[in-house]
Amino acid sequence: MSSAVYVRAEIRRTLRNRRFLVFSLGFPLLLFLIVAGANREVKDFAGSGISFALYYMVGMVSWGSMAAVIAGGARIATERQIGWTRQLRLTPLSARTYFATKVASGYVLALASIVVLYLAGALYGVRLPAEAWIRMTLLILVGLVPFAVLGILFGHLLSTDSLGPAVGGVTALFALLGGAWGPIAGGSELLSQLAQLLPSYWLTQAAHSAFTGEVWPAKAWIVLVVWTVVLARLARAAYLRDTAR
Amino acid sequence: MTHASAPTTTDAITLNEVRRSYGAVVAVDGIDLRIRPGEVVALLGPNGAGKSTTIDMVLGLAAPDSGTVLVGGTSPAQAVARGDVGAMLQTGGLIPDVSVRELVTMLASLYPDPLDVDDVLRRTGLVEVADRRAAKLSGGQTQRVRFALALVSNPALLVLDEPTVALDVEGRHEFWTSMRELTQDGRTVLFATHYLEEADTFADRIVLMAAGRIVADGPATEIKAVVGLRTIRATLPDVALDELEAIDGVRSAARTGSAVTLQCDDADLALRALLPRYPQARDLEVTGAGLEQAFRILTADQDGVAR
Repeated sequence: MSSAVYVRAEIRRTLRNRRFLVFSLGFPLLLFLIVAGANREVKDFAGSGISFALYYMVGMVSWGSMAAVIAGGARIATERQIGWTRQLRLTPLSARTYFATKVASGYVLALASIVVLYLAGALYGVRLPAEAWIRMTLLILVGLVPFAVLGILFGHLLSTDSLGPAVGGVTALFALLGGAWGPIAGGSELLSQLAQLLPSYWLTQAAHSAFTGEVWPAKAWIVLVVWTVVLARLARAAYLRDTAR
Repeated sequence: MTHASAPTTTDAITLNEVRRSYGAVVAVDGIDLRIRPGEVVALLGPNGAGKSTTIDMVLGLAAPDSGTVLVGGTSPAQAVARGDVGAMLQTGGLIPDVSVRELVTMLASLYPDPLDVDDVLRRTGLVEVADRRAAKLSGGQTQRVRFALALVSNPALLVLDEPTVALDVEGRHEFWTSMRELTQDGRTVLFATHYLEEADTFADRIVLMAAGRIVADGPATEIKAVVGLRTIRATLPDVALDELEAIDGVRSAARTGSAVTLQCDDADLALRALLPRYPQARDLEVTGAGLEQAFRILTADQDGVAR
């Protein structure tokens, strides 16, 4: 007995789903190619000393990877609706492992999105020392954890009809408020303080570590852990409500 | 060497005083049931009898409000986790974007001791569509895939909830033929149906449910004799009902105007006696009682039933 076969099949399925690939990988890439392409010559973005392409690349990386892991868990909604999860509950596959397959496929897709954007960035002249690429990538993978759990929560709360808009909308909101699309605080101290309570803010900071060189402060870890624990509690409650008959 | 005590055989399924309501609706109203390993048992009853709820509880998909449910001596959840249970539910779609073979392989990989995937595909008649995606299958093929999914786990207990409900007569026949071949190796089978014929042809034992209770439980032949009552209708004025009731094979007689209705244990016997005795009988009609009617008889007269 091994769930490895199931996990592999799940990942294969994810990569075969063209619509899913287009939206998760395609959108951030397209936006990057268009916007960063138009600003290729900006080598000192807003007086920060970094190129526009780098700034925009890391923003798209945090948005794209976030969308990918949320969508991974949210796909549970489809399998719930067709009754497949009910069939799975009659197998030795535990709910925990089932969720892990969804998180794993979300992470595979997130990694693909990250790599594709790195390559596109390199194409537009982004150059970073090896340790900066690695640090940024590892921090992002950790920063994605609460969003993977959010995906599982969505998978139990949403119907297939509301899935697209809800996932797209919430992802956009998190990306916007977390600063993935550019600074929004506009100098407002209050807004900036509030933004720091969001996991997407620290995800974006993880991406920004590429040029700031800063690893998260303690506050970031606290925010990420609290969000993960709270979302996991909610996801558990939603799962139990869904399976109680 | 002597054994201190004989090994006790564990029941495949034990239900003890099991009750379950959904809101104000009592779905299962206190049932006791023991199924021994290797038995093929039909849960027979009309819609709303509580069959699906009973099956959901055996599978651990629903919890009883009171009473206990054991599968192989443990909780249903533990039995499922051991991989001892294969089930075909009444509802439950297939993942649309994988092939039949991939789907069966995925499921097989979750069990400790699965059957060979190709073998299962062959035995369930799915070889030709093995590379087709589940979304492109017909209703009958989908049903066969669901059967393959239940079977591939090589379960000690196979549970089928109205497995032929989506099939036409021919499909139903095919299903039970392959089912019979596939279950001759001594696994326990529990299936729900509302077709007496399916229960009679396939099961060793029939458990009859109505309104959340078990109203009869016995060998298929015995239950069929009770449920398989037939009705003779005829236009036959001026004959006393007790005269008709005295005919061999007639269980009861009733009159509406010039028409009489005879409930028969053995309609053939009754008819042979009826015609020579009353040659004036016209408009003869023999019909099966049907389950609904049988249930009314059974629930009104439970003493006459093997329990």
